[in-house]
Order: sequence, then C-alpha cells, then structure tokens
Amino acid sequence: MLSMRGIGKSFLGVRVLSGVDLDVTAGEVHAVVGENGAGKSTLMKIICGVHAPDEGSIEIDGRPVSFGHPLDAQRSGIAIIYQEFNLLPERTVAENVFLGREPVRRGLVDRAAMEEATARLLDELGEDSFGPRDPVKRLSVAQQQVVEIVKALSIDARLIVMDEPSAALAEHEVELLYRLIGRLRERGVAVVYISHRLREVFDLADRVTVLKDGSRVTTVPIGEVSSDELIRLMVGRDLGTYFPPRSAGAGEVRLSLRAAGNHKLRDIDLELRAGEIVGIAGLQGSGRSELAKAIFGAEPFTAGEMTPSRPRSVREGVAMGIGLVTEDRKAEGLALRQSVRDNALLVARAVGGAKGRNGVRDLLERVRLSPPRQEQEVRYLSGGNQQKVVLAKWMTMAPRVLLFDEPTRGVDVGAKAAIHDLMRELANDGMAIMMISSELPELIGMSDRIVVLRDGRIAGTLPAGPTEEAIMRLAAGEVA
Amino acid sequence: MNQLVRVRRPAGRGEARSGLAARLREPTQVVFLALLGLIAVGWVLVAFDGGQFLTMESVVGIQQRSAALGIVAIGQTLAILAGSLDLSVAYLISLTSLVAAEIMAGQDGNILPAIAAVLAISALVGLVNGLVITRLQVHAFIATLGVALIIKGIVDHLYDGPAGKVPESFQLLGYSRIGPIPISALLWAGVAVVAWFLLSRTRLGYRIYAVGGNEEVARLSGIRTGRVIVITHVLCSLCAGIAGLLLASRLGAGAPTVGTDGGYDLESIAAVVLGGTALAGGKGGVAGTVGGVLLLAVLDTIFNQLEVNSFVKDVVRGVVIVIAVAVYARRGMRRSQ
Repeated sequence: MLSMRGIGKSFLGVRVLSGVDLDVTAGEVHAVVGENGAGKSTLMKIICGVHAPDEGSIEIDGRPVSFGHPLDAQRSGIAIIYQEFNLLPERTVAENVFLGREPVRRGLVDRAAMEEATARLLDELGEDSFGPRDPVKRLSVAQQQVVEIVKALSIDARLIVMDEPSAALAEHEVELLYRLIGRLRERGVAVVYISHRLREVFDLADRVTVLKDGSRVTTVPIGEVSSDELIRLMVGRDLGTYFPPRSAGAGEVRLSLRAAGNHKLRDIDLELRAGEIVGIAGLQGSGRSELAKAIFGAEPFTAGEMTPSRPRSVREGVAMGIGLVTEDRKAEGLALRQSVRDNALLVARAVGGAKGRNGVRDLLERVRLSPPRQEQEVRYLSGGNQQKVVLAKWMTMAPRVLLFDEPTRGVDVGAKAAIHDLMRELANDGMAIMMISSELPELIGMSDRIVVLRDGRIAGTLPAGPTEEAIMRLAAGEVA
Repeated sequence: MNQLVRVRRPAGRGEARSGLAARLREPTQVVFLALLGLIAVGWVLVAFDGGQFLTMESVVGIQQRSAALGIVAIGQTLAILAGSLDLSVAYLISLTSLVAAEIMAGQDGNILPAIAAVLAISALVGLVNGLVITRLQVHAFIATLGVALIIKGIVDHLYDGPAGKVPESFQLLGYSRIGPIPISALLWAGVAVVAWFLLSRTRLGYRIYAVGGNEEVARLSGIRTGRVIVITHVLCSLCAGIAGLLLASRLGAGAPTVGTDGGYDLESIAAVVLGGTALAGGKGGVAGTVGGVLLLAVLDTIFNQLEVNSFVKDVVRGVVIVIAVAVYARRGMRRSQ
C-alpha cells in the first residue's frame, strides 16, 4: 500500500538519506533495521509527515502524496508510535486517544462517544486491565503502549510505524506486544517495525529492509536471511562473537550488602568484586533499578549493612567511588543541551578535580566516541554515542564500582558491542561492575554471575552462562 | 494471557485510589478546603478581636475585591494551562481603563463604542503577545514583559494622572448589586463559567491542555500549537480588558496606574498557581483559580478586620503561596511514584 521511491534528505548540508526505496504491503510486518545514524528515524519521520523529503516520491495505494504535516499523513491512514510515547500523563486514556481529533456534537466535545470508541478498541485488542477514563499517568509503560496502538487504530490507520516498541518493555511485556502486532496483522494493518533487537525482527517480520549510512542495502523476506547475515549487512562487517571474553577471576570485594533494604527492597545480600561483572535480572517492578539507586545513594537503603559504608545521598555515593549509568540517559544521565565536553565533566566538576581539555579528549577516545567532537551538543548524538558520553562522565572520577542500568537500551548493534567491550575492559582494569538488563542474551553473554530479583528480594543467584529459562523461572517465581 | 495481565501493574488499583479520599487530595479540592479552613480561622480570630467576621459588608467586600483580580486570573489560567504566561495584563488594564473612560467621556451613548474599543485593543495586544511568542520564538516571559513595557511607555507618555469620565450608568457595573451579590461578582462568575465550559467541553479546551502538557506531543497529534497559544493570549488579554472596564467603572475614570497598583500581573499568576494549576502548563483548571483568588481575598479581609500592618500582610501572602505550591509538588511526587 505504501511505496517510497528514491527518498533523499539532508539536514544543514549533512546528507542523512539518499535514494531510499521502501515498499510495504497491507497486513505485512516490515522490519527496518540499521545502526544508529543509518537514517531509520529520518525515514520514519518522512513517512509520517514530520519531515518532508528533499527528493523522491511517496505513493499510497498508487496515488502520489506529499505530507506537509503529521496530520496529512494521519489522514492517509499512517500513524507512528515513537520510542518515547507521545502521551499526556495528566489526561485520560480517551482524551489521549482522540487528541487533536475529539469528536464533536453540536460544537461540543462528545465525551461519551470518545470513551465508547476507546473502550471498543481496547476490547478488540483484548485489553481489560484499564479503561478509557484512567489517567495515563497511572498506567504502566506496557499499558501506555497499548494506548498508543489504540490511538493509531482510532484514526483507522492502515500503516503503523513502531519505533523501537520493545525498548521500554520488560521481557514478559514484549509477548503482549507480539500478540498485539498479531491482531493488527489480522486486521490487515501494515506495520513498519524498527528494532535493534534482531530476535524480535525474526519473530515478527515478514520482510526486512536494511539501511546503512542513509542508503538501502537490501530488502529481503525474513526467511532468506540469517541473523549473522543481517548483522553483517547492517554494520558491513562480521561482528563474530557478540560478547567479549570473560575475565579470569574476581578480585577483592569492593562493596558488600548484608540484609540491606528500603521501602522497595528487602534482605539484599550481595558482593561486588573487582574485575567482575554481576548481572541483575528481574521483571519490571522487581526492584532492579531500585537496587542500583539504593547502592548509589539516590534512594538510600534504610536497613541492613553496606560496606565500606552506606551512602545517604548521591554525593556520598559518588565520594565512595560509585557511579551509576542510569536507565534513562536523556532524563537522568545527560544535560542534553550542553556540549559533549560539559557533560563529560559533570561529575568531575561536581566532586572537584576537573580534567583539562586533553584529559577529556583521552577519555572520549577511550570510550570510542565517534567523531570525538567535544563542542557538539549532546542532544544531536545517536543513542550509542550519548551512552558513551555518560560512561566518560563517570570515568573522570575513576570509580571503584560502576552500576549500569540498561546500558544498551536504544543503542545500535555496533555501539552495543563497543559498550560491551568497554565494560569488560573496565572490569579487567579492576572495577567492580553491576549490570541491570531486560535483554537476557546480553545479561547471559556479559555476566560472570547473575542475581535474579523478584518482588524486591533476591530470588536466586546463577553462575556464568545460565539458560534464559533458568533466569525466567527465578524471575517469575512458581507460576512460570 | 491471564498471567501476563496479572504480572502487570493493574490500573484497577489506581481507580480504587481515585475514590473520595484521593479526590480530596487534588489541588482544586485542597484550595477549597484551605479556603474553608481560613474562613474558620478568620472567624475565630476576628471574634477574639471583638469583631464580626463575614458580615454582609465584608462578604460584599470580598466579592468586589476579588472580581477584577478574578477575571484577570481566569485569563491567566488559560495562558498558563497552554504553557505560556502573560506579564502584560497589569499595563493592559491601565490602558483599557483609560481607553474606556476617554471614549465614554461621561456620555451614556458612548458606552458600547467604548466597550468595543477596549475589547478590540485587548484582542490586538493578545494577538501581538501570541505572535511574538509563536512566530518570533520569544519566551512568553520576555515577550509579554516587552509588550508590557511598550504599553507602559505609551500610557506614561500620554497620561500623568486619571483621565476621562465614566457615565453614572456604567458605574453601576462596579457598585450595584443584586441582594448580597455585586454585579461585578456576577461578571466574574460569568467569565469563569465560560472559561470552564471552554476548557472542559470544547476542542479548543482540550488542545490548550495538550499544548501545555507537551507541545511536541500536541504538534505530532496534528494540533496547530501556535494557533492555540495565540488564541489563549487573545482570551487572556480580553479578560484583562474586561477587568480594565470594571476598574474604570469603579473609579469613575481611567487611571494610568490602576493595573500596576493592583499588582494584577504577578498576583493573577499567584492566584492561578495557588489554585493548583501547574506553572509549566497542562494541568489544573478554572475552579482552582477561583478558589485561589477567593483565598487571597479572604486573607485580605481578615487582615483588614484585624487591622494588621500591610507589610505583615505581604509576608503572610508570600508564605501562603510558597507553601501551597510546595504542598502540590509533594503530592504530585507521591502520586507519580
């Protein structure tokens, strides 16, 4: 139904797309993959009318169209679900679904019609855990995604673009997303699915289009390509082993917890040793991020022991040599409008002992920021490069313990490998590392030991290289 | 399926919490509870002082004192909900009071043309505010401050004291009343009801919340955000114009300092915020603002009756506003956890 030919686009003289073709048929799940900076986001924004292409043509059902505004694309039956949801937390589900298109009767907004239509769509998707009148701020991330999908369906979208839809979801929520996409396919809705997670691409897609450096490499039916081939097409090289080799052994204990707890966590016993990467697994809400924040001092422990000492604030945590690479780097890790350099120096300046220009340059080289331009505003960097800047920020203070919360979320394959390498390198240099991840392959590939949380407690500890089933069994408890 | 649903945080719990107890925690309810509390405290204090609180006289006083600020604050609510704000209202009030009194020049027949002129000038000022903010991309704070200074310059150049004359028939707007309810309070109530209706029942209202809640989200939902902001500024300035008319009728003339003496710019913002509307926009409403304005007026009345030093008065008002916003912030934080 959608056919794009020879799409090109430049921003401020920088060419981000050239000669890209994309065809999507009704009821098809079409995956678009590529490294960050390959032009996926720009292509999606062109489909949805956020940007106008500089060259090329777009046809829908054989009719040429040009979108000047997202509204134009909506009218043509195209909806997009962004990685960061476009929802108003203070408004209700129904108000969000019909945002900008509220039904009116005699000039007034027809709330009843709005809520009824929303309820019907929720029903069709088999969603009964919330209703049209619930304020969005009370919904979980997965539920908010359902709201986004309902919003798309409410405009009779025949093509839904999903940008990294699973990035914010926990493992078990992804299954729900799969089922939703299945229902969309049954309805004949085409889905353009952008994801860094190749497993999802293979699970869901009918065809996959690979972008690299702003051009289309190929479009192939998913059955005709292997995971390794796909990676090679994306990065133009064979990544070989996904993960760096494990270290020889763990050194001295850098940090230990005895029966530690707070309002979200209970009876946590944990040791982090120099040279070791400890993986933390658990479902969303199991207390994974809370554990990192408690160790770091952001939401301190209120009970139990922590050695060398229990930080009562972030400042104390940092003084102890603990760093935290947060889950949400845009909100918690970076000052987006400031330069790479200022961001890299955030921690150093806060605790004293700022490094000079050369120190920063060395660090940026060490984290393999490319290109290592210090004056660039961080918001213009790709997700992978942003994460590298967060890492550089912590490396300025040479931390003894570094906590990672979802270190490679929203990061492309190449940058992911670089971050994994870097984490292992830091561990080999004697740092104690704790890594939280929803991505089980990453957790299994990286960790020397995996601690599984459930309901704020440690459900069990697994040695290096467990199976996904073993982790899930512990994470979900008896029911699984 | 069932298992998955169970693992996810059920929204049902949220629904249960939105019962009576939770609803009482909403800022709008907080401000009205505070208002009741303040009236009770005032009653006791004034009684101890040997006076009588809430006499016919003081109730009428509260309403009259509130009306002008109330009308401005309603307009300000719209601007703030859309994520903007308007610092030009005080000077616009002065300007419109002068325009009204000069055109009326004591003649009954000139009332309608004067009202029309005031509304036209107000709408124009709002349009300029809105366009400077949306087209020139100037932050609302600076844009409206600039427009305020421009109006101040014009008014100061042309007038150095009260001017014009309002006919007696028009003065009825400021002073007459139906039973215990002054006409001016009815006018305020009317403006409030219209604004409430606009916000809760029309598409424009929904869009104001959307733009203030998250401009990017609104834009990507196909809302012409610039247009919404311009409209809210026009409405905000119209409210200021209406307040200017009201003050002119009360003074019997126009005055170049009537707006600034009343501190309508910052005080209208304070009332809006006191009413639980988020300064960042997207959250709150007219009811809270009405409560905020009444709270400030009752506070004033208590101080007047106790004959408290006016400096103390300002200190207390400042403390009340800061505490109120701190309380809302805490509640917001607890809810989002």
